[in-house]
Amino acid sequence: MEIKIQTKKLNFFYGDHQALFENDLIIPTNQITAVIGPSGCGKSTHLRVYNRIFELYRDQRAEGEVLIDGKNILEPDVDVLELRRKVGMIFQKPTPFPMSVFDNTAYPLRLHYKLDKKKIAERVEQSLRGASLWDEVKDKLHSSGLALSGGQQQRLCIARAIAAEPEILLMDEPTSAIDPVATLKIEELMDTLRERFTIVIVTHNMQQAARISDQTVFFYEGRIVEYGETKQIFTNPANKQTEEYITGRFS
Amino acid sequence: MKQRSLLLRKIKNHLLTAFSVSAIFFAVAIMLWVIWTVICHGKDALTPSLLVNCSAPYGSMAYGIGNAILGTMLITLGAAIIAIPPALLAGIFLAEYTEFPRLAGAISFAANVLMGMPSILVGLFVYTIIVVPTGKFSGFAGSVALAILMFPVIMRTTENMLSMVPNTLRESALALGMTRMRATLYIVCRSAKNGLLTGILLALSRVSGETAPLLFTAMFADSFPTSYFTQPTASLPILITEYATNSPFEVMHQIGWSAALVVMLLVLMTNISTRIFFREKKYGN
Repeated sequence: MEIKIQTKKLNFFYGDHQALFENDLIIPTNQITAVIGPSGCGKSTHLRVYNRIFELYRDQRAEGEVLIDGKNILEPDVDVLELRRKVGMIFQKPTPFPMSVFDNTAYPLRLHYKLDKKKIAERVEQSLRGASLWDEVKDKLHSSGLALSGGQQQRLCIARAIAAEPEILLMDEPTSAIDPVATLKIEELMDTLRERFTIVIVTHNMQQAARISDQTVFFYEGRIVEYGETKQIFTNPANKQTEEYITGRFS
Repeated sequence: MKQRSLLLRKIKNHLLTAFSVSAIFFAVAIMLWVIWTVICHGKDALTPSLLVNCSAPYGSMAYGIGNAILGTMLITLGAAIIAIPPALLAGIFLAEYTEFPRLAGAISFAANVLMGMPSILVGLFVYTIIVVPTGKFSGFAGSVALAILMFPVIMRTTENMLSMVPNTLRESALALGMTRMRATLYIVCRSAKNGLLTGILLALSRVSGETAPLLFTAMFADSFPTSYFTQPTASLPILITEYATNSPFEVMHQIGWSAALVVMLLVLMTNISTRIFFREKKYGN
């Protein structure tokens, strides 16, 4: 098993308030890792360290190490623009840009790569196909991305994220604002994406974690209580808290 | 438990609804009344020749407001060029660069003070810093005065409109590897485009009828503006004030009304045409 991401003694602070405590975690390459735990336990916070998006807020701060391909990305000399090209992110609510479907998908291509028009069109099609959206939008590539349905918008965001050719995809509750049919589509899509990307998904939906992930991490009050193979976590958790959460005895 | 009267609650609900609806009618009625009055009084003297001819001194038999129309356009356009770029940037700073809360607070406070400043004081201020040192009234001085009035309005609306853009949009732009400035200009501002435009139009409409700040700056001239930086420049608001209050001649009162009608139409036209020009492209299947 190849290691894609490894965190060592990761602590996180909102001002004086500590939200993550000594998180040690290993995320294997080309697998889906699900992060579960009750609301406010630090799942999203943990995820938001991987692309340093938390730095947008002045009072937020991370300590410890996050090694991606062996390099600590919390070091000040790391270029965040390059880091974020490599580590894509999908948010809870779909966030298409106020432009056409085509331009949404082409944006990261034009941002990071020097490509001629033909190449861009090819890559856009590839990405939209990769996000299982092509057949639904191929006749309205130049209509606004905002005119799509919620589930389509989310897949557009996935297309946009994979257009940048990242290696890692972070998904922060990507289906919690979307209806069950669209959720199923995104889950099927994730299954195909795992061949190309290392995926880390935060989810509130335990069935979802059990269905799609190879590895599951259980967070509680900012600590990683337990992580391991999904099958083992769901059938035979080592920790009592994990068991109680999974069986729905607390949330 | 004793129940509250349902009837009373429903009556209250209907009363309040009725009040707010009638308030809207009241506001719209006043607006229409103003427009109607201006049209009624202004339409008779409004002839093509009035629009293109130059105004003339009292007692002469030639009448025109062409120079004032051109002057108003020049002065307002100049003010827009001076005020809009820095006001937008300042608004962006206040809304997006929230890591300097003290500085932002001070700027907001200053902008509020500036917005509450009587416009005649701004006119006097520009008089002392431009007209006195150069010894010349000019259209440019008028533009500067109007720009000072526009600046805080545009800055505050920009700030408000950008603050309404959800944070997730900023984050998703940054998460793709965009720089902060690119994310702000190309994604955040783009999604707030209509709001920003509204702020600019509001400020433009507001100042295009301003009289007091022009009195000491652009002044007035019975000639077409030939030099923006060195000559007194006619404008519609000053022409209206002059003709409506200082002149004993009925025909000049009439022309004053026509000039008022022209100001109104200019503002309306700017508003409508800009909205059409910047309208969200209709995306369809």
